[in-house]
Amino acid sequence: MSHFNNILETINMIDKEKLDIRTITMGISLLDCCDQDGDVARQKIYDKITTYAKDLVQVGEDIEERYGIPIINKRISVTPIALVAGACNDKDYVAFAETLDAAAKKVGVNFIGGFSALVERGCTDADQNLIESIPEAMAKTERVCASINVGSSKAGINMDAIKDLGRIIKATAKETADSNSIGCAKIVVFANAVDDNPFMAGAFHGVTGGDAVIHVGISGPGVVKVALEKVKGAPFDVVADTIKKTAFKITRVGQLVATEASERLGVPFGIIDLSLAPTPAVGDSVARILEEIGLQRCGCHGTTAALALLNDAVKKGGIMASSHVGGLSGAFVPVSEDEGMIAAVQAGALTIEKLEAMTCVCSVGLDMIAVPGNTPASTLSAIIADEAAIGVINNKTTGVRIIPVVGKSLGDSVEFGGLLGTAPIMKVNNFSSAPLINRGGRIPAPVHSFKN
Amino acid sequence: MKAFVSVLGMDKKGIIKEVTSVLSNREVNILDINQTIVEGYFTMVMFVDLSDMTIDLKELKHALQGSAQKLQLDIKVQQEDIFTAMHTI
Repeated sequence: MSHFNNILETINMIDKEKLDIRTITMGISLLDCCDQDGDVARQKIYDKITTYAKDLVQVGEDIEERYGIPIINKRISVTPIALVAGACNDKDYVAFAETLDAAAKKVGVNFIGGFSALVERGCTDADQNLIESIPEAMAKTERVCASINVGSSKAGINMDAIKDLGRIIKATAKETADSNSIGCAKIVVFANAVDDNPFMAGAFHGVTGGDAVIHVGISGPGVVKVALEKVKGAPFDVVADTIKKTAFKITRVGQLVATEASERLGVPFGIIDLSLAPTPAVGDSVARILEEIGLQRCGCHGTTAALALLNDAVKKGGIMASSHVGGLSGAFVPVSEDEGMIAAVQAGALTIEKLEAMTCVCSVGLDMIAVPGNTPASTLSAIIADEAAIGVINNKTTGVRIIPVVGKSLGDSVEFGGLLGTAPIMKVNNFSSAPLINRGGRIPAPVHSFKN
Repeated sequence: MKAFVSVLGMDKKGIIKEVTSVLSNREVNILDINQTIVEGYFTMVMFVDLSDMTIDLKELKHALQGSAQKLQLDIKVQQEDIFTAMHTI
């Protein structure tokens, strides 16, 4: 048996290095559920989701059983609800969120994404209705995730929407104050959002996608960390090569699972998202990979360079292993969901400013960051604007998932539980950005040549 | 369907007998075995054919779990594709 060591390597990856498939996400188009009557539209939505995804959880569990690899989440993404609900006369879209929540509970998925609006060029009435419904929707539902795209490299940045979203995030924090403002953990504000992302909270099913599709998000920071432990002190060429080889192996498992899930569910395969998605568990941290590359603590000088290499090598290794790569693909840096990030913040090594720099080279943005509850809405908007600017200018996806935790201040820590983890409250700049945010309007699309 | 059965844990007498009995009683055919002991740590990987198996995969895993608990071992059954996918281009 010539593969003896390979077999043991795979078993070790799963058992000791926490290799898993992070999510199988079914994207479902709801465009055919539009109706002038909101009740009829919601019934169509409920029926379609519960029909298409009725076997999703069971199929995920069967594949898990067969290959002996954990599949942590089974999820659903749907067409941005503003596009569907816009056809009806309702002004309040909370009922749509409740329908999504009920459908998610019926089929047994832990999150459903797509309470969303794409407003980079401007808001329709439906987009505005959806945005205004977010605080109550997040408070009244458990599994629904909201996302708003406020900017793109082609369209520029909608600063009016960003102004509104600072206020909406504050309102959501207040509505869910009794559970550490957790509603805000289910809202992402994007620039250059991707419409085939399987990861929450930012997943939605793009209008150019088919009727239904299966996306798979892989993970495995622990596997990369262990692989790098074996090349201590080696030059970066070796580091990059080691990460690529590891990413290839991880992605091949993702491709296997995706192909099988797609066949069993009778739904076309969409993409593999090659992301290193951390969890709060020890040994499943992106920050610890960066430290293994040579940082005393994640956040110190050199972090951006290490992250840039990691992000790029993961993509290079994974791309050959999968027939279709998409989503956010890269390394995530969600503070509360990463044991090493939490430790780095608590040690004073990692700040919002450094995280902002890291988002220039990682796969998404400022993610799962808890800030003082008294942070002004205009400051939240300004943080979003900065991130959007990074994304729009650099042709990459950026996002902000920020939680102004009601009643908490610097030095406190909040426990969100489960995969959402623990968030130390981070310091924000106390000088005001209000005049900037109050201008409104749009930041024009950037020039796409003269790249300096 | 072909699969790998892996058995890992501290060495003791009768591991192979116990595991192979569970397999043969369920008509699982062993195609290849590789076993080694390093510093008292027992490692065995068996390549098996499940096509004549009299029970389903879940029940086989359950039966092997009983042996695993009795001998304080870790026993897994995984379809071969996961290994070929990961280690071959």
